[in-house]
Amino acid sequence: MEPIRIAEQLQGEFQASIFGINEHRGQVTLLVDRNVIVKIISFLKKDHKMNHLSCLCGVDNKKRKAAYRERFEVVYQLYSIENRTSLRLKAQIPESDQTIDSITSLWTGANWLERETYDLLGIVFNNHPNLKRILTPEGWEGHPLLKEYKLRGDVEWKGFEELKKKAVQLRQFDFHNAPTAEEAGSDE
Amino acid sequence: MNETATLDIPVSQGDEDRYRLKLGPQHPATHGVLRVDLELDGETILDCDPQVGYLHRGFEKLAEHRTYAQNLVLTDRLDYIAAMANNVGYCEAVEKLLAIEVPERAKFLRVMVCEMSRLTGHLLWLATHALDIGAMTVFLYCFREREVLLELFAELCGARLTTTYTRLGGVRQDVTHEIMMKLDTFVDDFPACIEEYETLIDTNRIWLKRTIGVGQISGEKAVDLCLTGASLRGSGVDYDIRKHMPYAAYDQMDFEIPLGETGDTYARYRCRMEEMRQSNYILRQCIEKMPPGPIVCDDAPDLVMPVKPGRKVEVDTSARNGLIKLIEDRDVYMEGDIYVATEVPKGELGFYFISDGMGRPYRMHIRSPSFIHIGALATMGKGVMVADLIAIIGTLDVVLGECDR
Repeated sequence: MEPIRIAEQLQGEFQASIFGINEHRGQVTLLVDRNVIVKIISFLKKDHKMNHLSCLCGVDNKKRKAAYRERFEVVYQLYSIENRTSLRLKAQIPESDQTIDSITSLWTGANWLERETYDLLGIVFNNHPNLKRILTPEGWEGHPLLKEYKLRGDVEWKGFEELKKKAVQLRQFDFHNAPTAEEAGSDE
Repeated sequence: MNETATLDIPVSQGDEDRYRLKLGPQHPATHGVLRVDLELDGETILDCDPQVGYLHRGFEKLAEHRTYAQNLVLTDRLDYIAAMANNVGYCEAVEKLLAIEVPERAKFLRVMVCEMSRLTGHLLWLATHALDIGAMTVFLYCFREREVLLELFAELCGARLTTTYTRLGGVRQDVTHEIMMKLDTFVDDFPACIEEYETLIDTNRIWLKRTIGVGQISGEKAVDLCLTGASLRGSGVDYDIRKHMPYAAYDQMDFEIPLGETGDTYARYRCRMEEMRQSNYILRQCIEKMPPGPIVCDDAPDLVMPVKPGRKVEVDTSARNGLIKLIEDRDVYMEGDIYVATEVPKGELGFYFISDGMGRPYRMHIRSPSFIHIGALATMGKGVMVADLIAIIGTLDVVLGECDR
């Protein structure tokens, strides 16, 4: 079935939860309500054999020139290996409540993709088994892909001092290059 | 040794066999800076938690501040083992977004470098994977052939690894007759080399014992874990983007997709070996069919000076501004988004772009196969022995530059 037909069928099925369909360079995108995302994706997975999750990422719409619906979006790119059709879903997430249901129940592989989206954009996935930072270190402040996050910051990462201290501590195991008492004691 | 000098590895009381081990990040078998936190019972892994991010350079953030042409160099640093394939993937995506048509010769050149980089990628995979499992000799044999290909890359574009060979709208350099002759010799010799590797390890009892039945996953499970590339095809799932969504000149090439059956490390090894043969066959076709013509299209928004008369590049602006201006001139330049995937040696490399008319991507997401494969390691590594985990890391074929981005 053509992707656009699938989109129309979905619109018939889910009515008010589908905010719009658009096509760009032959790729079909559906804007959907975040509350039904798991339902829609499991419908597509079951009825249209969309069994491959190509891509999952988040978008911050804050500086978008064109009109947008909500500040955040989570983009799902689905593909059917059998039917060779693909479809893109964009779940709308308001700034006031940055949460969406996790699809880890449908794909185990979505686990890390959702963690990444959480790490870089701060979108919280409900029912995720292990939602913590992945690319940035634990204790990192802010979410790098937000539009207000500066490309070049002016503060050092908080964990850096601690890391340096630990490095000196570990040198005690080093036979030839053990730290002097002064170095080891220079915690402050 | 004084009191403070203990490593912070907690050992649970009462069960002396259970302990935690941090494998990596400085471990030769983790193929880069991958750390795997293991909970072990003797040598059996109870829990496996891969930690990534040591190489995170924020490419996605950085890309939002650079033009489409400038972002090309970032893609070399993703999968630095097969940079050519990344270049092609990036350019295919941007060209589709900006509706740029690539000349036929450039398409063939792209397929050629893609397959060459697939060979370099697979050769390095075979070398390191065999080394991890204990077959030292193959390493040297693979590097011998890999060197020939890297020398060809250097001759083609001046760099061995960070190539930046493609350009939006084509490729940067045309091939010379000497390069084609050298490649021709290589293509003639290479099938014998593959047989050589196979005689070294295919009858080796240790190799067979350490690969057959190790890291076995069913096709269904592999799709559930979002695996792609040979890691997925080893389980018998027929998904190769070169066939499913042909890009460049792949629709004019005759080749087969090798599939495995058992889904274990050995099946994936067989898959990749057959893939190398197919790549070699594609290279042969590229040499024979290479059409004449231009290598960059006339309206390429790039550093290449426009061939068309009438295209004005203001003299007084800096090169940087001129570049942005060229891009902004395009009437196709519009609001929209696109996802384009290509088949790199590791699997499916996808680029998702949102454009909003600024000459830069509003958002660029890189769907990197290695990131997802390492994510699958947590599931695949549970319940196996530590030595088998090393085999699984090797068989998934990960590279950390691409994983951490």
